[in-house]
Amino acid sequence: MPVARSVLELIGETPMVEVSQLSPNPNVRFVVKLEGRNPGGSVKDRVALSLVEQAEADGILEPGRPGQVLLEPTSGNTGIGLALVAMLKGYHLKVVLPANVSVERRQLLEVWGAEIIESPGEEGSNGAVTMALRLAREHPDWHMLYQYGNPANPAGHYRSTGPEIWRDCPEVTHLIAGLGTSGTLLGVGRYLKEQNPKIEVWAVEPPAGERVDGLRSLDDGYVPPIFEQLGGAQLLDRKTVVRPRESIEVPRRLLTEAGLFVGISTGAAAAGAIRCARQIPDGVSAVIVIISADDGWKYLSTGTWTDDIDVVTKRAENTIYF
Amino acid sequence: MPVDVRLPTVLRSQAGGRSTVSVDGSTVGEVLQSLISEHPGMGEQVLNPDGSLHRFVNVYVNDDDVRYLSSLDTPVKEGDEVSILPAVAGG
Repeated sequence: MPVARSVLELIGETPMVEVSQLSPNPNVRFVVKLEGRNPGGSVKDRVALSLVEQAEADGILEPGRPGQVLLEPTSGNTGIGLALVAMLKGYHLKVVLPANVSVERRQLLEVWGAEIIESPGEEGSNGAVTMALRLAREHPDWHMLYQYGNPANPAGHYRSTGPEIWRDCPEVTHLIAGLGTSGTLLGVGRYLKEQNPKIEVWAVEPPAGERVDGLRSLDDGYVPPIFEQLGGAQLLDRKTVVRPRESIEVPRRLLTEAGLFVGISTGAAAAGAIRCARQIPDGVSAVIVIISADDGWKYLSTGTWTDDIDVVTKRAENTIYF
Repeated sequence: MPVDVRLPTVLRSQAGGRSTVSVDGSTVGEVLQSLISEHPGMGEQVLNPDGSLHRFVNVYVNDDDVRYLSSLDTPVKEGDEVSILPAVAGG
């Protein structure tokens, strides 16, 4: 492996590992792509770099020019990735962050020099998006990268994550990842379906809508513009919701049965894979690729691996992990 | 045939504060129509005027989003759980 000239060159080229011991179906293999191995610790490093490089290519940003401010609503990982990229390229980053994210996410943003603007926790990520859109209108000199509405988000995955999976695991039959902004599923899913149209793309969601008490009506809901503009509903084959308890149980199993220390959203994605594997008929073989968005470090304070499962599950209903 | 429907926080006030209600129906569409006839205030929040699902509403049968099954024609049977959740951002 050649010596990288910059940490930014270490983004991507993440390893894949088989964890079929968690599969309930002997004909179905599980393979996890470990995005926590990116330098900022999550899959969102790819998105951050793609968003910033696209803005530079469009002439909106210029590396090294003083006084340039980036703005982004994020529940954490995109902010951390952007903070890393912004620090190395000399931009000032403001992130709009819901108040109820895990403490480690906030600490990491501070370590990497991001300025945090807090949005009400009870409004979840929807509240962060609304506040950031308002701030962007009030400060036209700030540049909002807008992961939810910027095609550079899925484009980064189409260029890097998708080809890596196809190169390393061409036997893939299913892709499973958290929905989030939908950037991963849109970019990787489209690339993989172009290589083999039979590959199924499954989205996993936390039942976040139950706990977002700040929603006044269903009209306050939010669908990422990229999901609608880039045909997300046509691309996805299934979307399944994973309950908080499963999102805690499965990371524990990944640790004890496979030695993998991964984040809670990976647990949810793997829970989706277990559900998918149960539905594959007898005698049919499948290889499910699970995107692990990040590792477990940022969730130690949640007690996911250490505390009583009922207590952790209750706690998970009030914290944003995705 | 009675089916349990889990309601999101924003709809509970229209069901007397209950988080789960039991209504009749053999498809998701029939279940939602029963729900709305018992709680008319939910109508315009859940369905569009043309009867299709509101874009900010996700409906799940046993945790699978019905938009990727047979939408409002998705069959339900006794013991199934229908959940209504608002679309929220992540990331």
